[in-house]
Amino acid sequence: MIRIENIHKSFEDKQILRGISGTFEKGKPNLIIGSSGTGKSVLLKCIVGLIPPDEGLVYFDDKEFTHANRDVKTEVRREIGMLFQGGALFDSKTVEQNVMFPLDVLTKMPKGEKLDRVNFCLERVGLAGQNHKMPSEISGGMKKRVGIARAIVNNSQYLFCDEPNSGLDPQTSILIDDLIMEITEEYNITTIVVTHDMNSVLGIGENIMFLYKGKKLWEGNKNDLMNTGVKEFDEFVFANKVMQKLKHL
Amino acid sequence: METIGKYFIFLGSLFVNRESFKTYFKLTIDECVSIGIGSIFLVALVSFFIGAVTTIQTAYNLVSPLIPNYVISLVVRDMTILELAPTIIAVIYAGKVGSSMASGLGTMRISEQIDALQVMGINSASYLVLPKILGSVLMYPMLVIIAGLLSIVGGYLAGLMTDVITPTQYIYGIRFEFNEYTVTFALIKSFVFAFLVASISSFKGYYTTGGALEVGRASTSAVTQSVIAILLADYLLAQLLL
Ligand SMILES: Nc1ncnc2c1ncn2[C@@H]1O[C@H](COP(=O)(O)OP(=O)(O)OP(=O)(O)O)[C@@H](O)[C@H]1O
Ligand SMILES: [Mg+2]
Repeated sequence: MIRIENIHKSFEDKQILRGISGTFEKGKPNLIIGSSGTGKSVLLKCIVGLIPPDEGLVYFDDKEFTHANRDVKTEVRREIGMLFQGGALFDSKTVEQNVMFPLDVLTKMPKGEKLDRVNFCLERVGLAGQNHKMPSEISGGMKKRVGIARAIVNNSQYLFCDEPNSGLDPQTSILIDDLIMEITEEYNITTIVVTHDMNSVLGIGENIMFLYKGKKLWEGNKNDLMNTGVKEFDEFVFANKVMQKLKHL
Repeated sequence: METIGKYFIFLGSLFVNRESFKTYFKLTIDECVSIGIGSIFLVALVSFFIGAVTTIQTAYNLVSPLIPNYVISLVVRDMTILELAPTIIAVIYAGKVGSSMASGLGTMRISEQIDALQVMGINSASYLVLPKILGSVLMYPMLVIIAGLLSIVGGYLAGLMTDVITPTQYIYGIRFEFNEYTVTFALIKSFVFAFLVASISSFKGYYTTGGALEVGRASTSAVTQSVIAILLADYLLAQLLL
């Protein structure tokens, strides 16, 4: 479980996050949604400690993280798997080396076992046998999937995904969503997914947090999103033609 | 001023929370290979011609029959060992190795690769930069030694081809009142320059923000600032140690 309290963040004089609190439960995907530029990625980075929040607290299973000392931070970080918006693959390493990297630096697994684990993860994201390609030789969607494989390879307790399915075709996109859902339930981990893909929201939106200009305007389950009464949320959700049709059914 | 403070904090951060020795060893060897192979050709080419040109120009300037010919190679020797090999090559080194370090790290920064390392609990500055500095400090003095040798060979061949000095005179001049301290001094300089280029360029690259345009800027400013630092250090070292 991850809990955040009153997170504030400004860059120079621009306020990006204005006091966000919430709880992200174990064992089901938690979604953060909102339109482009509202601060979703910044919030995610505040939670994992890549950007220090100006104000506010982050708890990883009751361990306070933002003000923790280096040892506690390192300990928590070794339990974090993260998929970045652009994949963030190490471009001097092959696909296999990229996925194996967390195992190399965080564990003392023997080489053969590591390789088995890497192949297992690559297979789960549908990239079996692509081990020796370089990141520059694969497509954007494939990079994302390698990024996911790298994020889950270490069996982390906390999984963060920044737009796991932007730039993917609908079919692969659903595959990835299902994968995230499966992993979350199977290993009972805490997963936070940032997205603006309505398909994902409808598919895996068990717990949705809607951000608007740095504030949390709505929170709830995918079954409740038709009648929230929040104007900004409706504008976001029903910008999509299909969703508009659904609403008028 | 603020930047200089940030630079020293950056240097300090390289030494906390490090990975295992084995990790650094492997990364440092990789850096050594890429630095060495990447710059040897240019360094060799430049130093060879510097030696050749210095010989011809010195000969051209020494027209008096009172000055013996071997003074030409003596001048070539002292100039290349003391100044041309360590300093001029350092400027070239900054342009080649420094800029590629800065743009490499800058690209890793903007494509969130540095964030990815950080999230895994790795001290990204130390993991990425320390091997670069170690590699640079190990390889650059070797490049300077090669450069010094090749300059002298270049001068020899130029003398031979243009008949401004005979081989015997050239060799005599090279050995005449040779002071070993000049070599020590050149090596001290090269350690300092190698450290400056690698650390300044890494600093610039590591703190890149923005996009591809800023990576280009970081790499240009890494070269400019490395060169300034080299020249300042050159002056200070000459005052302190000569
Ligand atoms: N390091 C930074 N320095 C200054 N401003 C930043 C920085 N990072 C993000 N911002 C600003 O914060 C705002 C929110 O950015 P963020 O990346 O969180 O948006 P987002 O909600 O993830 O959007 P998208 O869906 O397009 O990814 C943007 O206006 C951006 O310019
Ligand atoms: Mg984003």
